Amino acid sequence: MASTIKELIDKKVNVVCVDGRNLIGILSGYDQLQNLVLTDCHERSYSSTSPVELVPLGVYIVRGDSLAILGELDVEEDAKRDLGGIRAEPVRPVLHTQS
Amino acid sequence: MLFFSFFKTLIGKTVAVELKNDVILTGTLHSCDQYLNLKLSSVTVVNGDKYPQLGCLKNAFVRGSVVRYVQIPSGEVNTELLEDATRKENAPKKREVAK
Repeated sequence: MASTIKELIDKKVNVVCVDGRNLIGILSGYDQLQNLVLTDCHERSYSSTSPVELVPLGVYIVRGDSLAILGELDVEEDAKRDLGGIRAEPVRPVLHTQS
Repeated sequence: MLFFSFFKTLIGKTVAVELKNDVILTGTLHSCDQYLNLKLSSVTVVNGDKYPQLGCLKNAFVRGSVVRYVQIPSGEVNTELLEDATRKENAPKKREVAK
């Protein structure tokens, strides 16, 4: 069984990049190298000293080799969360990666 | 190809995947491809309160290049069979004897 990301198309997804950045958007396209097209995309910038900052980005293409985790966002669960009250260190960058 | 086949036998089992950014995801292995990209369903993050970024995931696609370890249930692995298969894969190819 191929590990496709077909089921995630047109869903709201959460992307964690190798540099630790966290992008949320609608997955509109992808290819076999996991290059992604995200529409209506924003970055959630986490910090241990200030609230989560939402940075609107629009349409984004993420190159496959900088993708770490791609997951479907549980929209209902996510809506319940108070992002303003969350303080957290950003996810650490991935070390020693090779595509 | 050997480890691709090996991971295919683990589909449906619970595994813990440690990434190169020190995040550990546990979940049911849903699928796997030739690059050892893994798809996990019912994902939970170890030390989840440290990673609110990954809080609301339903499932996760993990790119093979960012995986450091996959922890598997020891009962599910026939190490002898795996060792044999590894030897076979690395054995020098026999030349066809000319008649």
